[in-house]
Amino acid sequence: MPEKQIVSMNCGKIDPDNIDTHIDQGGFKALQKSLEKMTPEDIINEIKTSELKGRGGAGFLCGTKWELARKAGENQKYLICNADESEVGTFKDRHLLAKDPFTLIEGIAITAYAIGAQTAFIYLRAEYHFLLDLLTNAIEQAKEKGFLKHLAVQIREGAGAYICGEESALMNSIEGRRGESRYKPPFPTEKGLFDKPTIINNVETLMNVPQIILNGGEWFKTIGTGNSRGTKVFSISGDVEKPGVYELEMGSPVKELVVTLAGAKNIKAVQVGGASGSIIPFDQLDTPLSFETLLGSGGVIVFNNERDITDMVHQSMIFLSEESCGKCTPCREGTEVMIEIFRRLEIGEGVPEDMENLEALSEAMMLSSLCGLGQAAPIPVLDSLKYFRSEYEDRIEKSQILRRLPRSIA
Amino acid sequence: MERASQDISLSDKKREDLLMLLKSAQAEYRHIPRAFIVDTAKALGLPENQVFGVASFYAFLSVEPLGKHVIRICQNLPCYLKNSRMIIDSVKKKIGIIPGETTPDGRFSLELVSCIGACDVAPAMLVNHDVHGNLTPQRISEILNTYD
Ligand SMILES: Cc1cc2nc3c(=O)[nH]c(=O)nc-3n(C[C@H](O)[C@H](O)[C@H](O)COP(=O)(O)O)c2cc1C
Ligand code: FES
Repeated sequence: MPEKQIVSMNCGKIDPDNIDTHIDQGGFKALQKSLEKMTPEDIINEIKTSELKGRGGAGFLCGTKWELARKAGENQKYLICNADESEVGTFKDRHLLAKDPFTLIEGIAITAYAIGAQTAFIYLRAEYHFLLDLLTNAIEQAKEKGFLKHLAVQIREGAGAYICGEESALMNSIEGRRGESRYKPPFPTEKGLFDKPTIINNVETLMNVPQIILNGGEWFKTIGTGNSRGTKVFSISGDVEKPGVYELEMGSPVKELVVTLAGAKNIKAVQVGGASGSIIPFDQLDTPLSFETLLGSGGVIVFNNERDITDMVHQSMIFLSEESCGKCTPCREGTEVMIEIFRRLEIGEGVPEDMENLEALSEAMMLSSLCGLGQAAPIPVLDSLKYFRSEYEDRIEKSQILRRLPRSIA
Repeated sequence: MERASQDISLSDKKREDLLMLLKSAQAEYRHIPRAFIVDTAKALGLPENQVFGVASFYAFLSVEPLGKHVIRICQNLPCYLKNSRMIIDSVKKKIGIIPGETTPDGRFSLELVSCIGACDVAPAMLVNHDVHGNLTPQRISEILNTYD
């Protein structure tokens, strides 16, 4: 399957500082169609037909979520665009925002109309402050052109916290609180921001909306695979020749992205979905990239043959521990204990029980963590134990040899 | 610093403005002064410890004074794979401090941070709000010299 541009079709073709260049490419036609010819229910039905799923990692069906918010019996509702993008190895939203802020604004305007929100927030991570002026300017231009009569679009900047990409933590942050996850239920569609029904969608998700409205949900369904319609915008980094952002049809093999497009050589393993993403070995590069198999937020990190997998997982665990919000024990303590095990393995103090302990800890964290951070943190640990078990065994064996040496030599 | 609220208006502010207020204070004073926490808590009708709780939660806010320029070097995998440790070492050598510290002249603070979304140009760092990518130890001096 070749590269296919739906979400990023205008990137590089328009001037992100000038809305007229976007309108020349057919921009805002979908919004006009929505407001003039469609009811909110029509839009939701079109999105339901398309089977569009969220691109921020969890992959929830958009239409279903929007319908819940639409039907919630409150006057005040909110739409939040999640531009917190803090998954390790992910920068596609940065690319999309920088190259084409207008398609996002159009997607936001359509979505807000569909769910009945009068206010939309774009939650922009602090690290992307350099995009603030561009984004503010794009909103101003859309307003001047009369595209935002039904809606106030406001930008809220984060202050440096990975967890604020998680939707409930994000809402706490907008409310001026610590960015800690909330217990669910209630779900945001019922009681979200300021206790009002709220829809939170990723930048890329919302940027799919205009083309679905223009071409129809049935058209969208012809692209991709049975459970993953459309395309995905990937960020690729690590041991590759051409790191960057590539949009591919859902279901494309890992190999196409990693080898054909990004030019990776001597691949040992690929991690898909950031620090808590799955790790696959080189002999599984034919695996399709889709919700059914591997995806996450589309951050892909490549490791070549010189890399030590336990070191890679150790690094990821340091990140996850650092960014754990600390509210629930399994995540806060579990990531700490795992780091301790990896550190011992690294310095030659591993013990045979380490592998079993990692597995038991993984299971506990997946079952009992409050949010996706702690639930997903063990994924790379379990994958590496499955595919690269010998690397753990080698480290443990070396540790045992070291222990047997007389102290003066060790 | 006693009357922190003079520079940043606290009138008509609500709880939801708290993060923005703290960010303004950070920009203005290079940290969140104790007095500002007290004033803000009073203005928003919140207990001080809640304001402090927010101020201490976020990586871009600091209750200790930071330098004029804050260097944030990414320490996550894609940067690590591109030798970010070498970059960290050369910054440490160049400005003579370790992560978590501020130079005695108050010019630079150094922090190690999580992925800044610049992995396509790894290794990368932020200096204030500027992203610098494709770093090499040679380029560090050149870049840091532009911040005085
Ligand atoms: C720890 C954690 C971090 C997350 N970070 C992000 C993020 O940076 N950007 C994002 O869009 N979604 C992120 N999510 C997913 C959001 O919680 C939420 O599912 C998503 O924004 C919904 O939008 P979507 O349906 O369009 O994907 C994160 C989830 C977790 C558990
Ligand atoms: S890992 Fe360093 S910028 Fe993403």
